[in-house]
Amino acid sequence: MTQVPVIESKNLDLTFETADGPVAALKDVSLQIGAGEFVSFIGPSGCGKTTFLRCVAALEEPTGGSLTVNGMSPEEARKARAYGYVFQAAGLYPWRTIAKNIRLPLEIMGFSRAEQEERVNRVLELVDLAGFGGKYPWQLSGGMQQRASIARALSFDADILLMDEPFGALDEIVRDHLNEELLKLWARTGKTIGFVTHSIPEAVYLSTKIVVMSPRPGRITDVIESTLPQERPLDIRDTPEFLEIAHRVRDGLRAGHAYD
Amino acid sequence: MRTILPVAVVVAAIVAFWYLAAIPMNIHFAVTSAQRAGAEVTPESGAERRNMGAIALAARNPAQWTDSWTQAKPRLPVPHQVVAELWRTTALQHPASKQSLVYHGWVTLSATVVGFAIGTGLGILLAIGIVHSRAMDMSVMPWAIASQTIPILAIAPMIIVVLNSIGVQGLIPKAIISAYLSFFPVVVGMVKGLRSPDAMQFDLLKTYNASRSETFWKLRLPASAPYLFASLKVGIAASLVGAIVGELPTGASRGLGARLLTGSYYGQTVQIWSALFATAILAAALVAIVAGIERATLKRMGLAT
Amino acid sequence: MILIIAALALWAIMWTVNVRLANGESAGTSTVRLLVPLLFGLTLLAMWELVVRGLELPIVILPAPSVIAERVAGSGPTLWVDFKQTFLKGALGGYAIGCTAAFLTAILVDRWDFLRRGLLPVGSFVAALPIVGTAPILVMWYGFDWHSKAAVVVLMVFFPMLVNIVAGLQDTTQMQRDLMKTYAASYWQGLFKLRLPAAMPFIFNGLKISSTLAMIGAIVAEFFGSPIVGMGFRISTSVGQLALDMVWAEIVVAALAGSAFYGVVALIERRLTFWHPSQRR
Repeated sequence: MTQVPVIESKNLDLTFETADGPVAALKDVSLQIGAGEFVSFIGPSGCGKTTFLRCVAALEEPTGGSLTVNGMSPEEARKARAYGYVFQAAGLYPWRTIAKNIRLPLEIMGFSRAEQEERVNRVLELVDLAGFGGKYPWQLSGGMQQRASIARALSFDADILLMDEPFGALDEIVRDHLNEELLKLWARTGKTIGFVTHSIPEAVYLSTKIVVMSPRPGRITDVIESTLPQERPLDIRDTPEFLEIAHRVRDGLRAGHAYD
Repeated sequence: MRTILPVAVVVAAIVAFWYLAAIPMNIHFAVTSAQRAGAEVTPESGAERRNMGAIALAARNPAQWTDSWTQAKPRLPVPHQVVAELWRTTALQHPASKQSLVYHGWVTLSATVVGFAIGTGLGILLAIGIVHSRAMDMSVMPWAIASQTIPILAIAPMIIVVLNSIGVQGLIPKAIISAYLSFFPVVVGMVKGLRSPDAMQFDLLKTYNASRSETFWKLRLPASAPYLFASLKVGIAASLVGAIVGELPTGASRGLGARLLTGSYYGQTVQIWSALFATAILAAALVAIVAGIERATLKRMGLAT
Repeated sequence: MILIIAALALWAIMWTVNVRLANGESAGTSTVRLLVPLLFGLTLLAMWELVVRGLELPIVILPAPSVIAERVAGSGPTLWVDFKQTFLKGALGGYAIGCTAAFLTAILVDRWDFLRRGLLPVGSFVAALPIVGTAPILVMWYGFDWHSKAAVVVLMVFFPMLVNIVAGLQDTTQMQRDLMKTYAASYWQGLFKLRLPAAMPFIFNGLKISSTLAMIGAIVAEFFGSPIVGMGFRISTSVGQLALDMVWAEIVVAALAGSAFYGVVALIERRLTFWHPSQRR
């Protein structure tokens, strides 16, 4: 791992003012993410995992502490288009074809027509959707839509990929497949990935680092460095090593969770 | 609270613009009458003024600005004149007097309500028929939808005259127009509403071996309420327009539509504007009443908070 | 009497056929879907003809469809100039101006939240009012010719259009807006690439409502004064002369023009918003 952190948060706080009084979504969150790491955020709902990712993306404003992305403030990083963001749902525009959806960020960022064309074809290839560029999103399955939305996030080649429960709405079989694909893609591109999930096997299977969080207030309870090898076939999930990490994650979740 | 201030600002801006716009609209007459009364105006010659733009004339005669807000027959009456006329013709007149807007409003309102009730009743009945009979659905529904694209209002004068020629006068012809206008929106909305429950909900009642009428009373009818009310709001507004337009031909002398027409014959702009405001108030009140019933009903049904 | 019985018999036959067709095996095919309403409409027309002839109704009460058809065929030039005056100039002119003005205002209003919160309730309120009542005022201001009719139409279509477009521009999900934000998209990029396309179904809804309003406005405004041409003028004068066949002829033209106008807008809508769930086939 490189020593310069790509994402660095120190004592990050975020308090939402609601009608029922202030809610601490994030409390004293400190974390370093190095270049090329695959970091999963796991925890029950309300633990602030999505909120943290949104802070990194400058979609939420922290109320305390410091947060840098590529050494800049999140807002500057957003303006510099430092990251691609994948949401819970594919969120493809129904009036654009798959290819034109992927082209959307390229149009906004002012790439030349020729380069748009070339990049769209390249990322379609990358997510195994070559030949589907002319289809409309609503003509594809949920898994294909989500792959297209990943392609959209990859198209402008930012170094950071932020993914907020991207496979949460998909069934288990499709999810397994996409997990495998995502690992391959990560290996090929060497991007830094922040990945929010509520599935323990998914987190363990994918990550080099697992951040376990707990709610009220949202905070980090454990950070687990994975000892699994880079090369991970799907059946690695049956190895004792895998199960041990999963066990530790489960313990972390249980410790941080008051079952009220 | 979040909307009150912006709405107040917008309304204030509209009123201010109105007063401002009244100056150039009425300035020619204001300047001419001021000159007749011996005041200094520029330019002196009436012919020259006629050829001048209203805004230029207004700019050169600031002394006559206030005069443009007090004329008896202005091209554009200002709000306080309209409000004064409304006050004079409602509060200061006996409600049964022909001078009273309450009287004319009542004439229009009664036709509207009668027509609306007829149109809504028939519309709901037809919708129930359409939902339960495939033949009726396929035969009538396309026409009901197509009829919404047709300017039905154009036949209003004819209905009035034809019914008049066979001796039917007064409220009934206008009510028929009103009924006709509210009928189709109710049919279309009600059919949509009666069909709105999803397949699973129908399947559930099927597992109970519910009869058609039980399905109707326990599922279709309650599910149609939001759709029905949405159409009723459209329907009542359409009914009012129908009643007003029904008062236009044959020189009717009663009703808000007749006030509009006589006002335009005699250039009584203040009368037109006050009749217009009366129709607006009436429309807003009718829609508000329907909306109020809607809120109360849906709340009782647990469909709204 | 025989004709009346014939009419009733015809009705019975048509209804039996339609019930058979609607509950038959081929009820789902597009031929039957077209045939059933067509049969229904034609039967009504035939019954109308038979009843009018059977009861020997005078023309001042209800002319038979054949008489109306004859009148339409025989008054081509008159109907055409009326159509030109009322539809092409009054209704279409006002429609174009009103919708464009509403569109520009909506873009402006949408830019400032304060303005939107203030104008939207006022706009919805005005949209529910009987604006056609402004016709006498506008006729007084803009004269008898089509300009005053177009002005009435402008007022009638402006507010429903404004409310629809502003609502449409708001019809994006938080996620879609966040996505644009992660691209650091500018205001105009967000408008053209996200919010305008998303607003299209609303805009067309407004355009369809307005197409009907435009016809109504143009015709009714002529009841308050017009040159000696125009559909509303012809209707009101023919009613006065008890020439009801002419009135019906104008109504036929108005109905055809109204549904054609609506149909064209709906066709463009189908072309441009093919992606919307309500339009997918």
